[in-house]
Amino acid sequence: MAQGPKSSKPAAAAKPAAEKSLGDKDELLGFYREMLLIRRFEERAGQLYGMGLIGGFCHLYIGQEAIAVGMQGIKQPGDQVITGYRDHGHMLACGMDPRAVMAELTGRAAGAAKGKGGSMHMFSTSHDFYGGHGIVGAQVSLGTGLGLSNRYRDNGKVAFVYFGDGAANQGQVYESFNMAELWRLPVVYVIENNQYAMGTSVERSSSETHLFKRGASFNIPGAEVDGMDVLAVRDAGAKAAEHARSGNGPFILEMKTYRYRGHSMSDPAKYRTREEVDEVRKTRDPIDHLQERLEKAGLADEAALKAIDADVKKIVADAAEFARTAPEPEPGELYTEVYAEASA
Amino acid sequence: MASMTMIQALNSAMDVMLGLDPDVLIFGEDVGYFGGVFRVTDGLQKKHGLTRCFDTPIGEAGIVGVAIGMGAYGLRPIVEIQFADYIYPAYDQLVSEAARLRFRSAGDFTAPITVRTPYGGGIFGGQTHSQSPEALFTHVAGLTTVVPSTPYDAKGLLISAVESNDPIIFLEPKRIYNGPFDGHHDRPVTPWSRHPASEVPEGYYTVPLGKAAVVRAGEAATILVYGAMVHVALAAVEDSGIDAEVIDLRTLVPVDIEAITASVKKTGRCVIVHEATRTSGFGAELSALVQEHCFYHLEAPIERVAGWDTPYPHAFEWDYFPGPARVAAALRRVTEG
Repeated sequence: MAQGPKSSKPAAAAKPAAEKSLGDKDELLGFYREMLLIRRFEERAGQLYGMGLIGGFCHLYIGQEAIAVGMQGIKQPGDQVITGYRDHGHMLACGMDPRAVMAELTGRAAGAAKGKGGSMHMFSTSHDFYGGHGIVGAQVSLGTGLGLSNRYRDNGKVAFVYFGDGAANQGQVYESFNMAELWRLPVVYVIENNQYAMGTSVERSSSETHLFKRGASFNIPGAEVDGMDVLAVRDAGAKAAEHARSGNGPFILEMKTYRYRGHSMSDPAKYRTREEVDEVRKTRDPIDHLQERLEKAGLADEAALKAIDADVKKIVADAAEFARTAPEPEPGELYTEVYAEASA
Repeated sequence: MASMTMIQALNSAMDVMLGLDPDVLIFGEDVGYFGGVFRVTDGLQKKHGLTRCFDTPIGEAGIVGVAIGMGAYGLRPIVEIQFADYIYPAYDQLVSEAARLRFRSAGDFTAPITVRTPYGGGIFGGQTHSQSPEALFTHVAGLTTVVPSTPYDAKGLLISAVESNDPIIFLEPKRIYNGPFDGHHDRPVTPWSRHPASEVPEGYYTVPLGKAAVVRAGEAATILVYGAMVHVALAAVEDSGIDAEVIDLRTLVPVDIEAITASVKKTGRCVIVHEATRTSGFGAELSALVQEHCFYHLEAPIERVAGWDTPYPHAFEWDYFPGPARVAAALRRVTEG
C-alpha cells in the first residue's frame, strides 16, 4: 500500500506520505527491525500471559509500533521519554534489554524494576526512559516537569511525552499544556490516538475529536500524523522536536493509529467489529507498509527481511526463556526501595 | 542567632538552600512575585532570581506532577500548596507517583521533592482553610510527613526535608506562624520573640527527620503531640498541675518509636493529642503503637484528644479545636484512674 492510508475510518486518514524521502538503507532497515522486534516481543508476551507466566495487566503495543520507532529515530542523546501503561514498545525502542523487560513482566528479580513494577511500571535512567505510568494522564505532568528541568538546566534536551486519546481528556493534561506554553518548555506531546480509550471510542468521549487541536487555546501548535507510517512519524517528529528544541515551546503530535489487540488481556471487544480490525491489519499495517517500500525501492529483498525476522525471533525467544527461568525476587526485597534509608 | 517567627525561619531555610544548592528551586501559586499568601517565600525571587522562585498557574495536580518530573530528573523542587486544604487535586500525584517511584523503579528513579503547605485551624478559616490532613499522608508508604512546632525546628527540619532523597510532606501549622498558641483563644497572643525556640541560627543547620523531642520532662503521664498542639499540651500541663512528659513527634512517619516507648514505659499513662478529626486520625496509629509496644506498662487506657468527627466548623471553632481544658481533662482521666 504505497499510496498511503486508504481507509478514512477508523484510523482516519492523514495525508499520503508517498512523496517524502525514504532515508538511507540502514535507517530503514533499522526501523523495520525495531518494529518487528516490538511486534514479536508483544506476541510472545501475549502467549506468556495465556500460559499464566504473566499475571495481572498487560497492554500490548501491536499495531502502534511505527510511533515509538519513528520517534526514536529523531531522538537525540539525553532527550527523555515518558509514557503511560502501554509501554513495552517504548522501552524496546529506547534500547532497553528485551530480557529485562520480559523478566519484569513475569515478575523476576532480573526484571527492569527487579519485579517490583510489572508491565506498566518500568524505568531506565541509562536510557532516559522515565516510565511506564499506570495512572491515566499522570505522566503528562511529570513529562512537563522534565521539560521544565531541561529549561532550568538549559541543556538543549527535549522531553517526549506520550499519552493516549483517553488521557487527553484528563484535567491535568491542560494544566500541563498551560505551563508548558507559558514557560516555552521543550516538550513534544505525542498523543497516540488508537481510537479507543479501553472500550470507549474517541467519538463517544471527546467533544473535539481532532486531538491535535487540543492545544489551540494555549497557543500550542499541533499536527495530525499518520501514525501507521514510520516515515511520516519520523518526519513530523523531527519538525516538532526542532520547534521545541529551538525555544519555541511545546508541540502536539496526534498520531492516528490503531491497536490490534484488546485494551488489555481481558477485553470483550464488543466496542468494535472483527472486520474493522482486519481491515486495518490488511491495509494499514506499519510493518507490511515499510516492507513493501523497502522491496519496491530495491533496498532489501525477501531473503534479507526474512533474516531480520529470524534474528528478531531468536532475541524474543531468548528473552522469553530468560523471563520464564530467571529467579523471583527474595521476599526481603519487599521492604527495600520504599524509602531512601532502607535502600542499599 | 536572631529571633525569628516561624515564617521567617522557613524563609531562611529556603534562602540558605537556594544559596547552597543550584538544584533547589521553589514554585507554587503566588510564591514568587507576591512572596506567598503567608509571606513565607517573601523576597526569595528578588534575591535568587526568576528561575529559582516563580509563580505557577492555579492547578495543584499539575504543580506537583511537574515537581515530581523534576525530581525524577535529579532536581530538588520545593513546592508550596497554598493551603493544605487545596492539596487534594494533587493527591493522586503524591500517592501514585511521588511515593511510589522509588519502589516501582527499584531505586532507579526517585522524587526528592518537598511539598510545603500551611495546615490546621485556629484562624477562623472554616472548613476549606483549616484542615489537618496528615493521616492521608502517613497512610502512604513512601511519603515522609513532617510537622514543626517552633521556628528553630521549622528551619532545621525544612533543610533536612530538602536534602532528603524521599518526597516530604511538610505541614506548617499556620496558627503558630507568628507566635506560639496555647489554645487560650481569649488571651492575648504572645509573639515568638518571647519564646526560646525563636532563637534561630542564620546559616545552615539541620534538625534530623524521624526524631522526636522531649519538650517537657515529666513522670505522671506522656502526651504525644505535634504542631500547634504542642503548645496547647504545655498549657494543659500548666493548668492542670499534672507532671506530664510532652513529646513533640516532629516527624510523623517515620515516627520515633524509641522516644515514645521510653516515655510511656516510664509514665505508664498516655494521652494523644491532635487537631485532626478523631476517626482514623494519626492518633489511632499512635494508640495502636503504644498498645503494641507498651501494653504491660500501661496503667490506664490510652486517651485521644482530637477534633470532632465533623467538617471543620466556623461558628464552633473553639469547641472543635482541642484546647487546654480538654487536654487537661484527659490528663486527669489517665492519672486518676
